Amino acid sequence: MKRYFVQRIGYMLITLFIIVTATFFLMQLLPGTPFTNPEKLTAQQLTVLNAKYGLDQPVAIQYIRYLGNLVQGDLGYSFQHEGRTVSSMISTRIGPSAFIGLQALVIGAILGLVLGIISALKHNSIFDYGSVALAVIGMSIPSFVFAALLQYYVGVKLEWLPVALWEGYSSTLLPSIALSVTVTATVARFIRSEMLEVLGQDYVITARAKGMKENQVIVKHVVRNALIPVVTMLGPLAVSIMTGTLVIEKIFSVPGLGEQFTLSILVLDYSVIMGITIFYSALFIFVVFVVDIIYGFLDPRINYKGESA
Amino acid sequence: MKEFDAKLPVHRDIQTQNDYIPDDIPSDLFVKAPLDQKKSEEISTPSMSFWQEAFQRLTKNKGAMISLVLLLLLIVMALIGPSMNEFTYREQNLAHSNMPPKVAGLEWMGFDGIDANGVNQYAERDVATNYWFGTDEFGRDLWTRVWKGTQISLFIALVAAALDLVIGVIYGGISSFYGGRVDNVMQRIIEVLMGIPNLIVIILFILVLEPGIRSIILAMIITGWVGMARVVRGQVLQLKGQEFVLASRTLGASNGRLIWKHLMPNVMGPVIVTVMFTIPTAIFFEAFLSFIGLGLQAPLASLGVLIEDGYKSMRYFPYKLIYPALVISIIMICFNLLADGLRDALDPKMKK
Repeated sequence: MKRYFVQRIGYMLITLFIIVTATFFLMQLLPGTPFTNPEKLTAQQLTVLNAKYGLDQPVAIQYIRYLGNLVQGDLGYSFQHEGRTVSSMISTRIGPSAFIGLQALVIGAILGLVLGIISALKHNSIFDYGSVALAVIGMSIPSFVFAALLQYYVGVKLEWLPVALWEGYSSTLLPSIALSVTVTATVARFIRSEMLEVLGQDYVITARAKGMKENQVIVKHVVRNALIPVVTMLGPLAVSIMTGTLVIEKIFSVPGLGEQFTLSILVLDYSVIMGITIFYSALFIFVVFVVDIIYGFLDPRINYKGESA
Repeated sequence: MKEFDAKLPVHRDIQTQNDYIPDDIPSDLFVKAPLDQKKSEEISTPSMSFWQEAFQRLTKNKGAMISLVLLLLLIVMALIGPSMNEFTYREQNLAHSNMPPKVAGLEWMGFDGIDANGVNQYAERDVATNYWFGTDEFGRDLWTRVWKGTQISLFIALVAAALDLVIGVIYGGISSFYGGRVDNVMQRIIEVLMGIPNLIVIILFILVLEPGIRSIILAMIITGWVGMARVVRGQVLQLKGQEFVLASRTLGASNGRLIWKHLMPNVMGPVIVTVMFTIPTAIFFEAFLSFIGLGLQAPLASLGVLIEDGYKSMRYFPYKLIYPALVISIIMICFNLLADGLRDALDPKMKK
């Protein structure tokens, strides 16, 4: 167990190091300069600016400096926003993203659970076919297409919820719903197939044979055991939500990390792109790690001695 | 069974039930069927190959078959659609900008040339030609652009999936076939690559490369092949230890023969399924990149570019968003259903 932890953390650090290095050198290859209106600057001003941001040093020195600062949690300054550090931009932007993401996860998990359980209990009925169809549609339609349609019909046409912007709780609903579609569909599909498998297990037959009430069999034996593998879905789901926030925040003008990322890409704000890339990657690696650990605790059949794949 | 049960009298306890012998079928009517080996051979169906059986299972899957037909239809439309009227996807006609969709004979379905404000633009601007899906802000025909976009999106997805397939099969095959230290090193590389969120890699590479079809494909395969390599490796590892491989090796088969005659045919099933799931993912990524402004440049069209354009003006011209959104949704649903169907057909054990 201990060895597994150390090994995993080692891999996480190597992966992160590779991401940081790759991002840094890819940014060097980018066309254009990071300053706004560089053609208006005189040669002297450019020299001063380059010196201020350390861009006059050789790339190797810049790289080592960047790594050194990164270890201390310093991601540098934004080139487009005067005097703002990337870390402060991330910390002010993470709130709305996290809120929408978690809300979407909760909505999606609850809806998905309900759909999946109904579908498995009423196997091969009209409910089952209905929710399977819903799940396929939900998994297939890209979240930004769904978000755009949702914004048009619920926001513009029916005027039930705010179309965009970040004002009050009601404006968090549409982005969360748009993000939760994929989660709902994935969870519903997964729960359904897991439940169908568990329903045929010997321990369920035993529980029924003992004369246990059907409700109790379902809650205590079937749903509980079907839930364990769902934990493995959390990693991919978190990733899909993080991906989703990139576009969904753009659509609904949510002042989150994803919107900042897409904005920075359009204006080529190098340091912010790098900072957010590294932050996203670290978060992603961490989530996958935590999910693996939780899974190990939930399912005692998993042991960490074997292959980690 | 049902009818027989119904004839049983209601019994109060087990004892009497066990004593009950159905009296309407006398036991002397039961005769043992003669066991004839030749007959049983005749009765059995002709033996079928694995692929024939899989195909039969696939044709029984209604969802997959409907998807297959729809997909073929969409592919045909993507090929011939752009040349079905006199417009080209890049030709601008500012006098005919933002025309709502109109099809002669389909007015009742909403193709009536009336815009969001209830004005019949065709009568208003005295336009004689019908634009089936309307026009965009430069007067480009959307019917042509939607099908051209479908063509480009499908092309990107198919090429990306094919390249993923080639790299993945070679990498996974070498890794698992040679095993040992080779496998160890190659697996460590995969493990690190798996940890990198691929969307971020794609975005970074697109930023560096010149935007265009080639760079989108390149960016997608940089991390895309990892999944395929893992599938192939898992399969080969499982097969490598089986008796038929061992037997062939004992008979002196070369590595090449082992790979092509014994391992490849058995790996094909999961590989096909993985490819089928890669295609919709690639379509999604392309649309996603276009949507955040990293996709193809105008006047080239892909479904993502069209959705982005349509989204910008959906408030007043919702038709610009709806048609490309509909096409991409149908393509994604059909590919997913077909892939599900293929997985069930090729590996009945996996069926869920």
